[in-house]
Amino acid sequence: MTLGVVMLVHNRFERAAEMVRLWADAGCPVVVHVDSNVEAQVYDGFVKTLDDLPDVRFSKRYRCEWGTWAMVAATQDAVALLLEDFAEATHVYLASGACLPLRPVAELCTYLDRHPDTDFIESATTADVPWTVGGLDRERFTLRFPFPWKKRRLLFDRFVRLQQAVGFKRRIPEGLVPHMGSQWWCLTRQTLEAILGDPRRGLYDRYFKRVWIPDESYFQTLVRLHARRIESRSLTLSKFDFQGKPHIFFDDHRELLSRTNCFVARKIWPQASLLYRSFPRAPDPALAAAEPRTGSVDRLFSHAVDRRTLGRPGLYMQSRFPTQNRQNGFAAAPYAVLHGLDAVIPDFKTWLTRQTGATVHGRLFGKDRAHFADDSTIYRGALSDSARLRDYNPQMFLTNLIWNARDTHHCFQFGPEDHQKITTTLADDTMASIWVISGAWSVALYQSGWSASDIRTEAARLQRIEDKFLQTLRSSHARARINIMTLADFVEAPMEVLQAIIDDIAGHRGTALTDVPQMVDLTGLPSFLQDLKNQGMHPFLTGDITTQQVDQTPKSRRRKPYIVSGK
Amino acid sequence: MSPRAARIGDLWLAYRLRWKRRRFLWRIWRKRRQITLVHDQTGNIGTDAILLFACMRNEMLRLPAFLDHYRKLGVTHFLIVDNASDDGTAAYLDAQPDVSRWATAHSYRLSRFGMDWVGWLLWRYGHGHWCLTVDADELLVYPRSDTRDLRDLTTWLDQQNRPSFGAMMLDMYPQGPLSATTYVPGDDPIAALPWFDADNYRHQTHPYYGNLWIQGGVRERMFFAQTPERAPTLNKTPLVKWHWRYAYVSSTHQMLPPALHDTFDFTHHSIASGALLHTKFLPDIAAKSAEELRRKEHFQNSERYQDYHRRLAADLSLWHEGSIRYQGPDQLVERGLMSKGSWL
Repeated sequence: MTLGVVMLVHNRFERAAEMVRLWADAGCPVVVHVDSNVEAQVYDGFVKTLDDLPDVRFSKRYRCEWGTWAMVAATQDAVALLLEDFAEATHVYLASGACLPLRPVAELCTYLDRHPDTDFIESATTADVPWTVGGLDRERFTLRFPFPWKKRRLLFDRFVRLQQAVGFKRRIPEGLVPHMGSQWWCLTRQTLEAILGDPRRGLYDRYFKRVWIPDESYFQTLVRLHARRIESRSLTLSKFDFQGKPHIFFDDHRELLSRTNCFVARKIWPQASLLYRSFPRAPDPALAAAEPRTGSVDRLFSHAVDRRTLGRPGLYMQSRFPTQNRQNGFAAAPYAVLHGLDAVIPDFKTWLTRQTGATVHGRLFGKDRAHFADDSTIYRGALSDSARLRDYNPQMFLTNLIWNARDTHHCFQFGPEDHQKITTTLADDTMASIWVISGAWSVALYQSGWSASDIRTEAARLQRIEDKFLQTLRSSHARARINIMTLADFVEAPMEVLQAIIDDIAGHRGTALTDVPQMVDLTGLPSFLQDLKNQGMHPFLTGDITTQQVDQTPKSRRRKPYIVSGK
Repeated sequence: MSPRAARIGDLWLAYRLRWKRRRFLWRIWRKRRQITLVHDQTGNIGTDAILLFACMRNEMLRLPAFLDHYRKLGVTHFLIVDNASDDGTAAYLDAQPDVSRWATAHSYRLSRFGMDWVGWLLWRYGHGHWCLTVDADELLVYPRSDTRDLRDLTTWLDQQNRPSFGAMMLDMYPQGPLSATTYVPGDDPIAALPWFDADNYRHQTHPYYGNLWIQGGVRERMFFAQTPERAPTLNKTPLVKWHWRYAYVSSTHQMLPPALHDTFDFTHHSIASGALLHTKFLPDIAAKSAEELRRKEHFQNSERYQDYHRRLAADLSLWHEGSIRYQGPDQLVERGLMSKGSWL
């Protein structure tokens, strides 16, 4: 059998000539279509460089604007010429000047020999695939497109919207089911003759002249009427980015391309001389029968497209700066905010690190400086502990911190004594898990030994700040996981709360608590709070703490047994 | 503010920015005679040339490696304003086959830190070309820049209809005291300054021009911890398909029309971007800072930066245990300092 090649060329003539020569040298007759936009001088020069090749023809030239019928007309004429002039051609491969065979053409011919009746053309119904960019899939076939998309975008869009508004619909000719797919195909002579010689071709052509981007749908649709066996995939490897623009292969894609075992790839960057030197690869009997596998390329590209469209959560950088309300998580990884716990349990930081293995920071937003877990002045990612730098942009401080060490779970202590600019961010971040013991600030005041009258202003200030924080947490847009309890609630059952926190941080690795942290002696707290009340400052956030609750001596407080499953 | 009012506000801002741009162009045009063409090879600029514009003073230390780096990237012609160098920079430039040199002895500060002079050259020679505007201590890298040159990049940008390409400045520094580095002209400056701060960069939108405003890095950590609002700006838009109507505002940080410096994305997307490796901390930094203390040509309110230059003039070490060693463009992509976008 013989493979004929139809090549569409509109620029980069040196490379195109190389490719024509490559196909012709392998014994394939080639019909070249050159865009009529190309100057006569250039065209003549191009023809001249190829005039030593007997089996190369040039077909009638059309002016091919992207997305218009001329591309199909040019293909039809070239195919007809090829079928007529080269009776021995059994298959026709549609290629462009930027297509490069990756494997020896002989291997492609052998492959086609093994599939003599198969048409290789990507062809899918519009209803089933969400490929199209710009939202026009089914409507490509039912609207009219008199304006060029590239040059008159506004007019194009408005006319489409107008037709949608008035409900205009073209009738699709009977018997046609619109299909779409890659415009680079390899069809058998029989199928092509049937398509070109169809008695209803005039009707179909008239219809497709007004379809948008018919080169992606004309053969793809008609082949469904005539083909004996369709293999719905293209033998040409080509990839598109999320905007529908073709990816270009550069020299550094050589390894990737050679792994695919594809026969032909496009678009090849004209200056990628290494690719043009390396491909088609030398004949290799071990690989001659290999099936094309696009898995590795697909993975690379879909990974990149995902990263391009979904981004890398928690990363803020020069070319990626999403606003908070457009995304779910704000930081790169889950983290815990522990509000007030370090006031009740003095050695909480060390204890929690021991229990969970998480990175437990101190007061990250302390007024004096950022207290990092290792108490360093420069934390991972060269983050400074300077309070000024942090407060200049606290949100970026937090996201940087978590992005840089996103391999660990971060926890930090927080309280009304700290810088508060970060609170809205915390409340809105789905990555945050916030544990609040309200009124815990009173413990430090109580411990200071000052009398209630001396510190009532300070107590009122802290309570005001904390109340504001609680309101933020309770607002309708707060999306963090939030647990709020009063100091009285906490004192009632501290172990349950601590166990819940540890389960939250360490997940399944959390163990039943055996190591009980030392709590502050709160014996005098109720009377201290009563004193505050007597001074006219009502500490409403602490809850109602009774002397019984804080009486630690007999340890008679009945703690509910806590059982962790699987332990 | 109601949406309608916001829209009117936007229009009003756009109108004001348009006039601002015109004033800049007028200013550039007025100052065009401050520079004189001394060594003219502009006849060699072809229609698809990639041009590099720079303004420099006493850069013999960096110049050989600078020209070498950008020649490898595919810059075809250098248009350089020499601001009264006395260390042989001028003679060296004139000996190059692809450099045109302009000379001036006017004030660097009063010409908007050279942007008026470079702006004129851009206006005169840049139209329709991809133009790279950098300082002598900035080396551009971008994803895959070790294998793909600027021709590859700009063709792709053309295909994407993107007229500009953003890059963030990355301050490179040595391990140990700044003066202890040994560097001879022509060596790879990154081999002498291989370290950088991984991620202490803060981003916000600029309140007026609307560009992404990046601050942070080692200079902020060391010198501006108490005055973060004065810390150096790190975002730049060095590579632009130039049109004579365009104008840079302050260095290449901002430009007009503002759409050109929108090289970032407010949605989840990331678009391709690069980095400018900043070789400021080569061993001549002490001498340069000492000179700057005297000349006061580098900042608008020079007094406020006296301390900065004084500390630089004294020898100090910027390195710490968490510093990252530069390994190439792929590393910067992986660390999230620049992005491939959809350029795979």
